[in-house]
Amino acid sequence: MTTIDLSAAMITQAPPLADWLVVAPLVLCMVLGAVLLMVRKDTQIQPVIAIPGLVALVLVDAALLAHVWMNGTVTMTMGRWLPPFGIAFTVDILGALLTLTGGIAALAGGIFGAGDVNDSGRRYGFYPFLFLMMVGVSGAFLTGDIFNLYVWFEVLLISSFGLLILGSERGQIDGATKYAFLNLVATTLFLIATGYLYGIFGTLNMADIALKAQTMDDKAPMVTLVSMYLLAFGMKAAAFPANFWLPASYHTPRVVVSALFGGLLTKVGVYALIRVLLMLFPAERDLLGWVIALIAAATMVLGAMGALAQTDVRRMLGYLVISGIGVMLAGIALASPAGVAATVFYAVHSMIVMTALYLASGMAARASGSFSIAEPGGIYQSHVVLAGITLALFFAVSGLPPFSGFWPKALMVKASLDVGAWWLAAAILLTGFLTTIAVGRVWLLAYWRPAPAPPEEASTGAKAAAVTPVHALSPLLDFLPLVMLTALVVLIGIFPQKLLELSQIASEQLLNPAEYIRSVFPTEGLQ
Amino acid sequence: MRTLIFRTVAPYLASLMILFSIFVLLRGHNEPGGGFIGGLIAASAFAIYGIACGVSPVRRALHFHPMAISGTGLLASTAAGMLSIFFKVPFMTGLWLDIPLFGDSIAVSTVMLFDIGVYLVVVGSITSIALALEERPNS
Repeated sequence: MTTIDLSAAMITQAPPLADWLVVAPLVLCMVLGAVLLMVRKDTQIQPVIAIPGLVALVLVDAALLAHVWMNGTVTMTMGRWLPPFGIAFTVDILGALLTLTGGIAALAGGIFGAGDVNDSGRRYGFYPFLFLMMVGVSGAFLTGDIFNLYVWFEVLLISSFGLLILGSERGQIDGATKYAFLNLVATTLFLIATGYLYGIFGTLNMADIALKAQTMDDKAPMVTLVSMYLLAFGMKAAAFPANFWLPASYHTPRVVVSALFGGLLTKVGVYALIRVLLMLFPAERDLLGWVIALIAAATMVLGAMGALAQTDVRRMLGYLVISGIGVMLAGIALASPAGVAATVFYAVHSMIVMTALYLASGMAARASGSFSIAEPGGIYQSHVVLAGITLALFFAVSGLPPFSGFWPKALMVKASLDVGAWWLAAAILLTGFLTTIAVGRVWLLAYWRPAPAPPEEASTGAKAAAVTPVHALSPLLDFLPLVMLTALVVLIGIFPQKLLELSQIASEQLLNPAEYIRSVFPTEGLQ
Repeated sequence: MRTLIFRTVAPYLASLMILFSIFVLLRGHNEPGGGFIGGLIAASAFAIYGIACGVSPVRRALHFHPMAISGTGLLASTAAGMLSIFFKVPFMTGLWLDIPLFGDSIAVSTVMLFDIGVYLVVVGSITSIALALEERPNS
């Protein structure tokens, strides 16, 4: 029997135990999702398993970020096959940071969901879907293989369908149809582009693609390929002009589901844009830079203008999500170290603040009985803490100091002026101004304005059913997710140094992927 | 659809199909077949049984809810990947164990456990969909 040299095809040394953190968020979510699926009918035990599970997820994500921060980019290749044949999970600061932020948003949603989702919602799988969506979200942030990225997009898409229609009301089915159709178009486009990419490069490993793209030049229709990715991920991220699915669907599900979607899903699209445009195809991105800049400016300004025109708080928040996407795209358009760092910072800020805002709107609707801003207000009179928290979040989303939204916007304006893109800087400032008016209007009408008369029981009865908590938790536990997220918003606003440092490292790693490539192909850097 | 002939044949047909699906599942180890296709065959067996005899006998026969079966499968597949942590090899590495039996040796592997997981996920989810579609709102 002949002996075979395994080291030519397989990884022969054992991976350090700490490297298992790379797959840990995924495995944890998958196991908990599976277990919760098995005990789906037992509605009492669901949150008891889910909430500690989400706490564990946040801890694992934090450990992963610490590991990547201290030891540089980490790779684990599935099944021992050497990359590019084995599917690699490669985690740099960007991936780890967004995974952690996503975990925090999911924890907030999981705790809030204990009081917001009724028994029927739990039986139809709120918690299993939440964990399976986190499998998709974490997988997308951690994977180093572009087809694998597609798979995670599908996983999170299917789970989000499930979450979107919990309750099966007419409006939800209507919203879900639009959401599903447009997202399926985007995913199909992503798949076609990936097939095309495989035809050009003969590899799906991102490090391998980044390496080969440097020497591709005019040998392949690269701009076509990159434009397809831009359109596909742009639709996912809700960038103008492919963003109309978002305001049509995000206000329909339970508010906790809106919070999770607003915090997580569009950011996965932005992440994919960052990864593909900035790291894999920087030369083609330079050619498309002005297109992306126009899309960015249109997305942020039109998003803020849309927010100005809404009377339903959840619809307004949907437009604010879009507006934030525009700001993140601005950094991708600039592609300077400062611009990309601002995008990463803004993504983290946006995930936290949008989740918190949806949760706050849910709490406000419980207090006043309606999501409409034209309804009797007076929340400031009756719920002063909630009104204060909401005001802080409104400041943060408008980019006013001293909250988390101020720093990335200031950085982005400076980065735009540095390269002479004054009109982009003007668009960011205009967006901030319009957002301030939009949220100021909501706060004045729904919170500050005193309630004219006590609401009549008969007229509010029907609406209250849709917004009141279904499980009476202690008020403390109800407030916990909101307070947790707002505390983060304030902390980041006052002590931005650490996050800024992380964003800058992430930006350097993206613009010069040598470390990423070396992590997958250890011998490549030595030549 | 509930003709006498169909109703008489369906239980035998369904049990044969399930046996065949397990054969396809195990055969998939080295030859065409595997968990996905095996799972589809088993799910169609439950669907046929459901068309012939109604949905509630199928649910009774399955004992567990189809989605719980899916969950078990997902757990089995994840566990198959995680076993490699104890053998100091990366996630999802195939591990083998030869069990001597009647003078022959039977190879048991994490790959097989993974495939059984896939089988259960497919059986569970497709059966769940099929039964939901077969269920009349008034019955």
